[in-house]
Amino acid sequence: MQVVLFGICALLAIVGAVGVITARNPVYSALFLVLNFFSLAGLYLSLEAQFLAVTQVIVYAGAIVVLFLFVIMLLNLRPEDLPRFRLDRTGPLVVLLSLGLLLGVGMGIWSLLGASFPQDPQAQAVGTVESLGRALFGRYLVGFEVVAVLLLVAMIGSVMLAKRRFQ
Amino acid sequence: MVPAGGYLLVSALLFSLGVMGVLLRRSAIVMFMCVEMMLNAVNLSLVAFSRLLGDPTGQVLVFFVMCVAAAEVSVGLALVIALFRNRESIDVDQIRLLRG
Amino acid sequence: MAFESLQPKLLLLAAALLALFTMAAYTVYFERRISAWIQNRIGPNRVGPFGLLQPLADVLKLLFKEDIAPAAADRLLHRLAPMISVTAAVATIGVLPFAHNLILADVNIGILYILAITSLNVYGITLSGWASNSKYALLGGLRSSAQLISYEIAMGLAVLSVVVQSESLMTSQIVEAQAEIWNVLRNPLGFLIFLITAFAETNRLPFDLPEAEQELVAGYHTEYSSMKFGMFYVAEYMNVVLSSAVITTLFFGGYLVPFGHLFMSDLPAWARTGLEVLSFFGKTGFFVFVFIWVRWTIPRFKYNQLMRLGWVYLFPLAVLNLVLVALARMLF
Repeated sequence: MQVVLFGICALLAIVGAVGVITARNPVYSALFLVLNFFSLAGLYLSLEAQFLAVTQVIVYAGAIVVLFLFVIMLLNLRPEDLPRFRLDRTGPLVVLLSLGLLLGVGMGIWSLLGASFPQDPQAQAVGTVESLGRALFGRYLVGFEVVAVLLLVAMIGSVMLAKRRFQ
Repeated sequence: MVPAGGYLLVSALLFSLGVMGVLLRRSAIVMFMCVEMMLNAVNLSLVAFSRLLGDPTGQVLVFFVMCVAAAEVSVGLALVIALFRNRESIDVDQIRLLRG
Repeated sequence: MAFESLQPKLLLLAAALLALFTMAAYTVYFERRISAWIQNRIGPNRVGPFGLLQPLADVLKLLFKEDIAPAAADRLLHRLAPMISVTAAVATIGVLPFAHNLILADVNIGILYILAITSLNVYGITLSGWASNSKYALLGGLRSSAQLISYEIAMGLAVLSVVVQSESLMTSQIVEAQAEIWNVLRNPLGFLIFLITAFAETNRLPFDLPEAEQELVAGYHTEYSSMKFGMFYVAEYMNVVLSSAVITTLFFGGYLVPFGHLFMSDLPAWARTGLEVLSFFGKTGFFVFVFIWVRWTIPRFKYNQLMRLGWVYLFPLAVLNLVLVALARMLF
C-alpha cells in the first residue's frame, strides 16, 4: 500500500516539477505546480504525516497557487513570445550545475539510502495533530509567535507594495 | 516498505529541478514557482527525517517553512505586480538596470 | 487491504453518491418550485405528477444540446474546469458521518479535509473563466477567486471555534460531542458566521457576484453549453447540499436524533441507524430550503460591499468568537 502510494506520488511530483519549468504558458506552469503540491501531500500521507498533508493542500493548493493564478490573470500574461529558456552560454552550465548538486546531495544521503522507517506505534504517531500541537505550543512556542509576527509584517508589506503607484 | 532513501532522492531531484527552473526561465512569476518547489523539496526531506527519527521537530519546521513560504509569496507577488506596472513586463532579462 | 473488507465501504459509497446526485437534482426542482411559490407563480408542474420528473427532462435536454467551445478558448482547460468543479464537490462526502459508525473514512483530520476540499472549488471557477477567453468569464473567475479566498478565512475560524468546543478534528467526534447540547446553542455566533461564509463559498445569492447576470451575462460559465454547463450546474447544487450537510454536522448535532436519549436505547440497531440517517438528511434538507429561501429573498451585494463584509466585519468577528469560545472553554 505504502509502496504504491509512494510510487504514484513520486512520479507525479517529478512530472509536475518538469511541467512547471517547461510549460510555455504561465497558467499551465501554475497547474503543474498544483500537481506537484498534491503529490507531495500524498507523499506526506504515506509517511503518516496526515496533518501536514492536509495543511499542504490548504496552504499551497488552496491559497498560494490561487494567488499565482490570480496575478497571472490580473496581469493578463499570455504565453511568452520570447524563448522560454535562457539557453545562451549559461544554459548548459546551469544544467551541469544542477546535476552536480543532485550528485552531491545523492552522495550525502548515500548512507541513508537503505534505512527503513521505524514501525513501532510511537514513531508512527509523530505526525498526528496531538504530537504536533504539543511540540508547536511547547518547545517551539517562541518560534510560533515569531512566525505570526512575520505573517503580519508580510501582509502589511504586500498591501503597501501592491497599492503604491510607481512613477 | 519504501526505504527512507527513496523519499530523500525524490526530494533531491525536485530541488535540482527547482534550481534549474530558477536559473533557466526568464519569467519572474515562473521563477517564483520554482522557488516554492525548492522549499517543498526541503519540506519532503524534513518530513522523511522526522518520521525516521520519530521526532516531531522536523514536522514543526515544515510548518514554519509553510508560513514563511506564504509570507514570501504575498510579498513577492506584490513585487511582481509593482514591476509589471512599472515596466509592462515580467521578463527578468529586461530588468537589469537599477534605475527605473 | 482485502476486497471483502472494502465491500461495505463501497456499498456505502455508492449509496452516498446516489443520494448526493438525487438530492442535487431535486434541489434544482425544489428551487424552481419554491421560487415560484415565493413569487406567487406556479413553477414547473407538467412533467410527471407535480412536475416531479422535471430534473430528468432537464438532464435529457442538456445531453442533447450542442457542445460548443469558443474558437479562441484553451481547449484542454476549458474541458478540465467543469470536471474539477464536480470532483471538488463530490470529494466532501468521504468524511461526512451519516449515522453512528456509518462514515466512509473516519480520519482524524476530517474537518480539515473538508476545508481543504472546499478550497479547491476555486480552481474550477477560475480556470473556466480564464480558459473561455472571454472578458465576462474572466471577470467572473477573478471575482470568484478573490471572494472565495476572502471568505475562507472567516469560515476556517468559525470551524476552529467548533473544534475548540469538541476537542477533536474528527467529524464523528464533533457530532458525538453534541449529544447533550447542539453547537448552535453553545456557539450561535460561530454558526451565523459559518452560514454566511457558506453562502459565499457556494456562490449563492446574496453573494453570487461571479455570475451576476446583469453585469457579466452568466459569469464564469458564459461560454459553456450542453453537459459541460450541466456539470457546473450540478456542482453548484451539490455544493448547496454538501454545505447544508456540513452545517448540520458542525452545528446541529449531525445524525443525532433530537431527544434521542429518551427512547433510542430501546430500539433495535437497524431502527436506530435508520432514524439517524433520516435525522441527518432531514436537517440537511431543511438547510437546503434555507439556501433557496435566502436566494429569493435577499438582493445581491455590490462587490465592494461583499469585500467589506468579509474583511471588515466577518473576519474580526470570527477572531473574537474564537477567543470567546476558547475563554469559555477554559473557565467552564
